[in-house]
Amino acid sequence: MSENVMIVSNATGPELFGLMAEYPNVDSLLAAAKRVQTEGYTCWDCHTPFPVHGLDKVMKIKPTILPWLSLGGALTGVLIGLVLPLLVNGIAYPLNFSGKPYWGLPANVPVAFPLFILLGVLSTVVGFSLLCGLPKLYHPLFTVKRFKRATDDGLFLVIEAADPRFDVIRTRQLLESLGAVALDEVKD
Amino acid sequence: MTSIPVDQDINREFDNSFDRIEGETPLVGGDSSLHRITETICGVAEARRAPKTWYVALAISLSLVGLLGAMVLYELFTGVGLWGNNNTVGWGFPIINFVFWVGIAHAGTMISAILLVFRQKWRTGINRFAEATTVFAVACAGLFPAIHVGRPWQAYWLIPYPNIMGDWPNFFSPLLWDACAVGTYATVSGLFWHTGMIPDLAAFRDRSTSRIRHTIYGILCLGWRGSARHWHIYERANMLLAVLCTGLVLGVSSTVSTDFAVGQIPGWHEAIFPPYFTCGALFSGFCTVLGLAIPARYLFGLKDFITNRHIDNLAKIALLFSSIMLYIYVIEFFIAYYSGSGYEQLPYLNRLFGPYWWLGWGILFFNGVFPQVFWFQWARTNPWICVAIGIFCNLGMWMERFVIIIISLHRDFLPSSWHMFFPTWVDFCTLAGSFGLFFTLFLLFCRFLPMVAMSEVKAVVPQGIPSHDIDGARPQLEGH
Repeated sequence: MSENVMIVSNATGPELFGLMAEYPNVDSLLAAAKRVQTEGYTCWDCHTPFPVHGLDKVMKIKPTILPWLSLGGALTGVLIGLVLPLLVNGIAYPLNFSGKPYWGLPANVPVAFPLFILLGVLSTVVGFSLLCGLPKLYHPLFTVKRFKRATDDGLFLVIEAADPRFDVIRTRQLLESLGAVALDEVKD
Repeated sequence: MTSIPVDQDINREFDNSFDRIEGETPLVGGDSSLHRITETICGVAEARRAPKTWYVALAISLSLVGLLGAMVLYELFTGVGLWGNNNTVGWGFPIINFVFWVGIAHAGTMISAILLVFRQKWRTGINRFAEATTVFAVACAGLFPAIHVGRPWQAYWLIPYPNIMGDWPNFFSPLLWDACAVGTYATVSGLFWHTGMIPDLAAFRDRSTSRIRHTIYGILCLGWRGSARHWHIYERANMLLAVLCTGLVLGVSSTVSTDFAVGQIPGWHEAIFPPYFTCGALFSGFCTVLGLAIPARYLFGLKDFITNRHIDNLAKIALLFSSIMLYIYVIEFFIAYYSGSGYEQLPYLNRLFGPYWWLGWGILFFNGVFPQVFWFQWARTNPWICVAIGIFCNLGMWMERFVIIIISLHRDFLPSSWHMFFPTWVDFCTLAGSFGLFFTLFLLFCRFLPMVAMSEVKAVVPQGIPSHDIDGARPQLEGH
């Protein structure tokens, strides 16, 4: 850690976004995340190149509402697939196609089913994007050179300065004591 | 377990095509450190020059795309009379090619979606690659109905939309069902493919040295930063997309089959068509992935990611679907005989003894008999046999669509309207051009996009798995 002598930011420089610690392996990251969680931090996150299994449990991330959004989209699709033919062929402009009923459930399944999938998928993708706040092409973390390894082999834990329990010295000590191999100040 | 005869060439370094008795069979060969995975996969796209074979293949494919463009323009300015279609056989090559390409698309969705739903971890090496074949094959498939309608600039009339003419498509018509199914398939497979690539595109962004690459990959990856809170939503989103796509795999070819089954032509009017078409589609798709994965792993040095186990598993699935196809062929003949109707029996007699008899026997051999060699492990681990079956089964599946469409149409109820179908050179050139389009897109994908799902592979190598239980964090190891 000695090479990473940190200068506590002055009021004149760019504002401190948070502290970023790197951990050497999945186990130490999980252990660190568990400790940070029990310490009562709320504005913090881990950044990993792949989904670390169990990390969401350790971080106590609430289950996402995404499945409900998908369900809503999918059901809307079914509704459109069934009601649109009814309005169009059944009510507004009834047409007799080879003596078939103006509206029938079986004949509308091939329309309702793809629309179920299509709107389900669209709402999943849009929901994912909105819930994650993406696209977001700039983030303070991108200013740290080491963070480029977050998509390669780096496992990072970031505690934001916005956290009510954040204290530059104590938070830094905490992250170091949990076995961080590198520590960076992230400026915004 | 040591005496299994395997091909020496591809197994020199690593063989995981059998289950080890002690410990878990590794999914990735060689040194499976996280950094090496990134290096290998990104290296393909970052190399200053691609392998020479790549340039040669791209040159050939691009010239075929040129041919395709020329043929489509020629057809647009002249008319559909350029094709072999006639009054009796109204559905010629365009519909054969359409069904063929839709079928090829299916394996990608199957590998990505169904195997993800069943949590098969071995899929991580090939899913990206298979999804890409889906997207490109759907692009090729969509082309044919569009030019077959004759006036492609009005193809959007297929889609129901409010218009000043106050007219709507017939919701009971398979033409509209097709537009719904294929339009959905194209949109959904594209979105699923892109969503799956987001973390890997971010890896490309972070390694890029030029500003252009950084910007393009940065936009494509939506500014992904690997946040655990994002991963949580991302994984759920991927699972939801997979579940929805699973329904789509079963739905699209079933819908395409209703184009036939709703008609009253003998040989088409069959209740077996939806599962028949879906199995055929999956069969041709798996054969395509098999035929493409083997050259790609050699060309780009991905043997440790697309391992023997993948090839072995793909071959086994191809065998399964081939056997189902054989069963369906037999059942079709049996039902025709059992119906006691001469009209129903005629197309089946024509398949084996009519003017196109060699196609009828060809599909039985290529699709039903030839892949049975995969019962033997030496065949499943021999790359030449796998590629050969991949190519011949696709040939067989193309012939099957020809048989279903042409043989049923060319001799229907009334002998006075019987007519032979002879494809023209324009038909053949358009078909060749569609292959050019597929391979051009595929080669560009291999060179510029992450060919293997790095983030998924990293999550299944030992370094990516927690070694001990923290709050029940260590997952059950499935999929081995």
